[in-house]
Amino acid sequence: MTDIQININNKTYPTATKPSIADLKLSLNSNEFICLVGPSGCGKTTLLNIIAGLDNDYDGGILVGQQHTHPKIGYIFQNPRLLPWRTVRENIELALDDNQSPEVIDTLLEVMQLTQAQHVYPERLSLGMSRRVAIIRAFAVDPEVLLMDEPFVSLDAPTARQVRELLLKLWQQRPHTVLFVTHDLREAIALADRLVFLSASPMRVISEIAVPIARSERHSELAVESFRQQLLKNHPEIKQLL
Amino acid sequence: MSGQLPFHLGVTLLRLVVSFTIAMLLGCAIGIVLGRSKKLDAFFDNWLVIFLNIPALVTIILCYVWFGLVESAAILAVVINKLPNVIVTIREGTRALDQDLLEMARCYRFSKRKTLVHVIWPQLHPFVMGATRSGLALIWKIILVVELLGRSNGMGYQLHLFFQLFDVASILAYTIAFVAVIQLIELLVLKPLDKKALRWRR
Repeated sequence: MTDIQININNKTYPTATKPSIADLKLSLNSNEFICLVGPSGCGKTTLLNIIAGLDNDYDGGILVGQQHTHPKIGYIFQNPRLLPWRTVRENIELALDDNQSPEVIDTLLEVMQLTQAQHVYPERLSLGMSRRVAIIRAFAVDPEVLLMDEPFVSLDAPTARQVRELLLKLWQQRPHTVLFVTHDLREAIALADRLVFLSASPMRVISEIAVPIARSERHSELAVESFRQQLLKNHPEIKQLL
Repeated sequence: MSGQLPFHLGVTLLRLVVSFTIAMLLGCAIGIVLGRSKKLDAFFDNWLVIFLNIPALVTIILCYVWFGLVESAAILAVVINKLPNVIVTIREGTRALDQDLLEMARCYRFSKRKTLVHVIWPQLHPFVMGATRSGLALIWKIILVVELLGRSNGMGYQLHLFFQLFDVASILAYTIAFVAVIQLIELLVLKPLDKKALRWRR
């Protein structure tokens, strides 16, 4: 796995008067879990779309190792974006490269507790299950970067918690570089190795803060909450972003 | 009845199948391209409206005058009449494609073929079925005129004959036979296709 450098000098939408993103530099270390935290509407999805290669209308570049290229990505969107006319398993299989063995799907389905549902059409799944399928699909392609755009939004709290724990379990079994967008600081602390705080219009990096909590203690709400209090006290500049 | 009905019905059905297939294949291809490309669509939009509104009779007569009273001229006339309808229907369907799913396909680097078969085509299914149903109905009506004007077999030719003899019973017999065949196509081909394609719906 290679490190990735993201460098966006300017991203302005054709109809906008001022840039959405300006002078944004971000480096991703291998297998690091990074949470991007910022106010909603600040351009986080735009950033992910640029990294994914969906948006090429910007000034800047992405370095994967030493090469200017787009990294291979797995993208978990805000909505699961499954093909409703294909079964759960077919949805995952379609994302694989032709030379990839489909055996990985069985393992992933088992970890995410979806083996029973693999031949079901997505319309019959609950939202939490659909989200899990989207997570499996993203991991199955063995991406260089996993992009997650608020994947737990609009889930009820217990479901969100369950899916989050499954995601962490999967990530610890198969480490990948993750860029996780959220505006929920507690969620970010529970997941991230490093927090990146972003400002709105134009989007810039305000500060980057490592989360030193051990992985084994992340499920404790107390540890997360005390870190959050400490964070807000020591870094008053991030308060306005939340 | 002299046993001629099955022959003439068969000839008409053959023309229906050939011209329908050509019109649908061409129409789907052009419709998808126009739906995906704003530039091409802007260029061909006016032409489409013109062809949509040219009377069937005009294209039939012109085809016969220019290419002679031959089978290919007959088929061409039918295809020209049906093609714009298919293009418009499929173009609307393509414009309504779910952009989120197309983005997903790009992210996961689906090949062109994979995108067409698994992402685009299932979304176009209702539009294709709409074009098929209205197409069958429209095409067979046009074919009768084509046969009446320039062919020496098929239902249109026979109906012309019965008209001169004021043989209403035979005219009704041919009509009923044809409607029965169309019903069978609906029941045995289109309905099962619908059922298979829409099995994912709740």
